[in-house]
Amino acid sequence: MISFEHVDYSIDGRPILRDITFNVPLGGTTVILGPSGSGKSTTLRLLLGLARPDAGVIRIDNEDITRMSEKRLRQIRQRIGMVFQQGALFDSMTVGENVAFSLIEHDNVADAELEGTVRAHLELVGLDPDLIDRMPDQLSGGMQRRVAIARALAARNPQILLYDEPTTGLDPQSAERITDLIVELRDRMKKTSVMVTHDIADAFKVANTMAVLNEGRLVFDGTPADLAHTNEPFINEFLAPFRKAVLAATQRVVTVPGDTRRTALQ
Amino acid sequence: MELIAAIVERLRRILEVVQDFVLFAWDAIRATFSPPYYGREFLSQLHFALVGSLLIVIVSAAVAGQALAIQLVRELANTGAKSQLGHFMVISVVRALGPVLTGMVVASRMSAGITAEIGAMRSSDQIDALVAFGSDPMKRLVVPRVAALLIALPVLVIIGDALAVVGGGFVGLQYHLPVESYYSGVLKYLTPKNVMVGMIKPFVFALMIATVACWRGFRSAGGAKGVGVSTTESVVISSVGILVADGVCTRLVFRILGW
Repeated sequence: MISFEHVDYSIDGRPILRDITFNVPLGGTTVILGPSGSGKSTTLRLLLGLARPDAGVIRIDNEDITRMSEKRLRQIRQRIGMVFQQGALFDSMTVGENVAFSLIEHDNVADAELEGTVRAHLELVGLDPDLIDRMPDQLSGGMQRRVAIARALAARNPQILLYDEPTTGLDPQSAERITDLIVELRDRMKKTSVMVTHDIADAFKVANTMAVLNEGRLVFDGTPADLAHTNEPFINEFLAPFRKAVLAATQRVVTVPGDTRRTALQ
Repeated sequence: MELIAAIVERLRRILEVVQDFVLFAWDAIRATFSPPYYGREFLSQLHFALVGSLLIVIVSAAVAGQALAIQLVRELANTGAKSQLGHFMVISVVRALGPVLTGMVVASRMSAGITAEIGAMRSSDQIDALVAFGSDPMKRLVVPRVAALLIALPVLVIIGDALAVVGGGFVGLQYHLPVESYYSGVLKYLTPKNVMVGMIKPFVFALMIATVACWRGFRSAGGAKGVGVSTTESVVISSVGILVADGVCTRLVFRILGW
């Protein structure tokens, strides 16, 4: 389980997160929702140990990572797969080298086995395995995001998956394929996942639990159904344009099988 | 009072920047002495630094060497000491001009290249991705670049020096200075001490160029504009740094040699 306990974080004296406390249940998907600049992506950076909080404790499987040595953090990170905003694929490497990055870096895997693993992971995320020798800039944004997910999954079969705005900047069809993939991974592989997004439809589609941030403060922590019925003024205002879609999503009203996103947006 | 406060604040910021660079350089040094080592990345950077810089070093050294030789041979001819051209070319090129000229040419190319590449990686989260997937960016990005330039720059300085000196010989020929006379002067003054004075510098320059370029790349912020600013800073710091380091190295080596 992942837990944030009274976490404060600031940059140059400017508070980014203030007194953040929430839990991510084992095997579930928690969505961190909020407007741009609310500190969502920072929570993932803290969770990966890319930044250290000013105060508070962050635990992964009961281990406090906030005071951990860099060496130990590197071991913890091997249990985590991260999908960065825009993919963050290594542009000097091929698709295959990107997906196999963690295996090449840490494990002595034979080339033939490596290629098999890469192809299997590309297939898992719905990509043609023959893309293995392409460079990232030869792929569309949606395909790059899928390669990033494949890279995260190939990283020593991680127990935790983090997604930082995985659908930002994608066309609706590509975005939908990505969220479908995240739901599939959640249901099939039972990974503990944290997804950061400002897209309400995406959030309701994938979340088991939700945390809502506003100006660095946690204003909600609960289930999607609780969120849809909360009286918190900021959340009401934030959800207002999508109120009907939110209710539809929480009631699981699906008019087209497998097309929950389109329904949620009606 | 406001002026004093502003000066103090300015000094504090400069100290912070210097401290940041020193800590970065220290991390880079520490990363050098422990595995893993990235051989493929090192070879790729060596190719970029050595083969990629070869043409501009050849052109600039040949042109600058001939220009220097023309200046020298005319003055020497006026004093009846034309036969000393080889001597003066070795002292000027091998001890002073060669390392600085090649250093500047390589600095402008490599500083810009390294800072822009690492800065772009920073702004597209690729450096965070390296960390997230258990890699150490110091070992993967900084150490291979520093090591590659530490090998490439001295080799380029030797090539540049040789071309400049040979170019001086052609100029001497134009001014009716026999080849034997020119090269006997060259060989007489191409002593281990003179070579040492010139060949310590490229190692110092390489260390500085690569470390500063990586440091500015890592600290790049603010997207494309930030990468542009960092790249400019990197080239300026390296270029000025080469001139300062040249002065310091010359004084230091002269003192060591007891000259």
